Amino acid sequence: MINSDKIVIIGGGHNGLVCAAYLAKAGRNVTVLEAADQVGGAAATREFAPGFRASVAHLLYLLDKDISKDLALDSHGLKMAKSGLKTIALAESGDHITISTRRLSGANLSTEDKAAYREYRRFMRKFAGVISGLHNKIPPRITSERSDMIALGKMALKVRMLGRNDMRELLRIGAINIYDVLQENFDNPLLKGALSLDAVLGTNSGPRSNNSVFTALHRTSGNTRGAAGQLSLPNGGVGAVTQAMAAAAREYGAETHTGSPVDKILMDGDTIRGVQLSGGEQIAASVVISNADPKTTMMNLLGAQHLEAGVARKFHNIRASGNAAKLHLALDKLPDFKGVSPTQLGHRLVIASDMEYVERAFNHSKYGEFSTHPVAEITIPSIHDETLAPDGKHVLSAIVQYAPRNLGTGWSEGKAAFTDAVLETLSAYAPGIRENVIATELLTPEDIENEFRMAGGHWHHGELSLDQFLMLRPVPGSAQYETPVEGLYLCGAGCHPGGGVMGSAGRNAATVVLAQ
Amino acid sequence: MRTVNITNADHHKTAVYPSPFHSRQEQHNQLKEWSRWSDYLSVPAYWCESLEYFSGRNTCGVFDITPMVKHLVTGPDALPYLNRLMTRDVSKLKPGRVGYSVWCNDNGQVIDDGTIFHLREGIYRVCSQEHQIDWFLTSATGFDVNIVEDTHDVAGLALQGPTSCAVLREMGLADVESLTPFGLDYFDFEGVELMVSRTGFTGDLGYELWIDPDHAELLWDRLFEAGSTRGIRAMGSDALEMLRIEAGFILAGVEFLPAMEAVRPTHTRSPFELGLGWLVSFDKGVFNGRKALLEEKKNGSRYHLVKLDIDGNKPAKDAFVFTRNGKYAGTVTSAMWSPSAKASIALASLEAPHGEPGEELEVEIYYQRELRWSRVMEPCRVVRDVFWNPPRRRQTPPADF
Repeated sequence: MINSDKIVIIGGGHNGLVCAAYLAKAGRNVTVLEAADQVGGAAATREFAPGFRASVAHLLYLLDKDISKDLALDSHGLKMAKSGLKTIALAESGDHITISTRRLSGANLSTEDKAAYREYRRFMRKFAGVISGLHNKIPPRITSERSDMIALGKMALKVRMLGRNDMRELLRIGAINIYDVLQENFDNPLLKGALSLDAVLGTNSGPRSNNSVFTALHRTSGNTRGAAGQLSLPNGGVGAVTQAMAAAAREYGAETHTGSPVDKILMDGDTIRGVQLSGGEQIAASVVISNADPKTTMMNLLGAQHLEAGVARKFHNIRASGNAAKLHLALDKLPDFKGVSPTQLGHRLVIASDMEYVERAFNHSKYGEFSTHPVAEITIPSIHDETLAPDGKHVLSAIVQYAPRNLGTGWSEGKAAFTDAVLETLSAYAPGIRENVIATELLTPEDIENEFRMAGGHWHHGELSLDQFLMLRPVPGSAQYETPVEGLYLCGAGCHPGGGVMGSAGRNAATVVLAQ
Repeated sequence: MRTVNITNADHHKTAVYPSPFHSRQEQHNQLKEWSRWSDYLSVPAYWCESLEYFSGRNTCGVFDITPMVKHLVTGPDALPYLNRLMTRDVSKLKPGRVGYSVWCNDNGQVIDDGTIFHLREGIYRVCSQEHQIDWFLTSATGFDVNIVEDTHDVAGLALQGPTSCAVLREMGLADVESLTPFGLDYFDFEGVELMVSRTGFTGDLGYELWIDPDHAELLWDRLFEAGSTRGIRAMGSDALEMLRIEAGFILAGVEFLPAMEAVRPTHTRSPFELGLGWLVSFDKGVFNGRKALLEEKKNGSRYHLVKLDIDGNKPAKDAFVFTRNGKYAGTVTSAMWSPSAKASIALASLEAPHGEPGEELEVEIYYQRELRWSRVMEPCRVVRDVFWNPPRRRQTPPADF
């Protein structure tokens, strides 16, 4: 075989690039094959209307600071346009609430709620610490091997070290729903609505769905810029992160090829032989690492005939059905949100007036309908970053839910109606916004699936929940970045510790490959 | 009768179906005893188990195989699908050929055994002892393949014994004698298609006939007319059981516990542990159980299924097997006095390392004489060859008996 030491990475998303950079840094011969015309996947900044650019993943909150440091992302051009974004919970009346990692301010907030918020942040941060401690670990297998037992023991110890009361509390709430927990702690409906949104963004669940506390914890388990739950907007959009990663990888000697969609993983009996591009070109490699989601990798690129039935079934059954759409608006001027000052407008705005509103929005999706009154996480990144829009014009980027992957009517029919429902909802908070819109792009999960090749259009490459976490992610038996096929590895968000522009899965996969 | 429509809410109310041959079976069934085989009524013995057995060895016997579970596998991925499902290399099975195979779970444990009929290019029939549709469909994930259980759509008769070929020729099946063992062909039978395969469960010359159920009774009638001078006889499942033990064929639920039914996972068997290593093709790519079986090949098997030639004439049914030093070695799975081999024979599952051909062992036989139980330790030895394996089983064209 030619190039027998060659490592091919399928997909140049952030995890693929991080994996490539670490491997190249260790002296390996790495080639990244990206289908799109630029690297980054859903974490790329792309032009959606002439002169207007936005990133599908639009906020940075989980990027691992050690990865930033190891790969010297700052010196490769990564700069924050704005860090420490606050959350503004929008109210139709204009009486919004401002939520920072430390305190609340705004109308109609009781002193009890303010005090409860400090305590809520304290224990949520502490519990998230248990999860963040796992991010850079290869999940142990459930075996009687000494190393696995020790790793499991360490995890248990970490939980025990929370102290008796907090450990009890974590065990009590860790797998239940955010609705009950917020109901126990707070009175203000708007506050509860906004906090519950953190638990369900990008997931296929509502506030009352089980283990939505876990997803809330996962979201705040990052150490971006050194602070848990810190929200940042990079200069040049989130795509600047992946551009810096690609630059780092290339500097270490990795090759990155764009416009090179991989069609097939090639096998020679039991051995990985390389990959085939959709144009028919074959690239030989002894190791293939897939940044594509596990379901696509194993069922489409590799094919079930190379897997035993039980294994194929597990990959096939990964829950990966996206329920979030992405809205990009090109605006001719800054929109006017009721009661929101121009400085506040640059923060994270959320539409989730109360938990019932969020749950009702979710209800639709259970029956294959989109939410008639959607929830949204909105940023206007052009306020901090003039590279994203022409002079004086702006970009509004919003995650809008719920938009089930399998819409009953089909998205070709439903897309216009959902876009209208979203604009109608926005108009309730920013009257007249429709008149400012120059161009609209709405990416449904179906669009996300097609454009970014993610099964089900799910950002996390598979639902992030306790049954698909740690040694169960993506499936039991393949949670250590290795697959049942020797020489084929997974490095994407479908692996532990999941998605959200973190990079940890890519780094962990590189660790495993380097240890072989 | 046709494929059960499971959307029909009342389908479960019929527990056991009469076979399409039922009216004819009823006429022959002098003992008026019925048993259940899968979804159908079956006949344990029509008149005399021994005479029915001898018809299978000396003339020919007719056994209703309609109850055998049948599946039709079609679609562009039928071959890759079957090759991933089965342990043997199905790509070597040409159209018009039949192959015996087993299939395993991911742990390399046998789920069931059965026959694969390559009916026409890319169209396969898989017959199994147990219902398999759930596993077959589970295994189809990721394959462009269509699998239906069509047990009720096909009536089947086994015609087994030395005069079987002559009877079929007498019935008008021109050139049926040119069928080689494990071959299949199609014939016109009074205007409908009759499929004939040179297969069976008796280790002798024999055929299996497959036809639309609406023509089942006519086929039975024509067959018995054609065989009237060649000793044709309806054969029950008790006689077949004797014939298959002599032939050394294993039976699901007897020689091995189907893996999907196992509550105790260590009670199942791998193909190697059933003496079916020849059915495992490691060089064809991934198939179910491959990893585990490679591992087993490296580390050794836990059990060996063997044939025992036992002294004396007492059937060693349900017997324990010991070494000559009296140490436990395993258990008998099937045993009988073989009228054709004139020997007390058995199939036995022995714990490794026991089971090498030539190994001398003992079986502990409990037997009864006029209601008095006795026990005897009979010496026995592991033999390599099957007990009944006449040249006529393979001879083509068969001799005109």
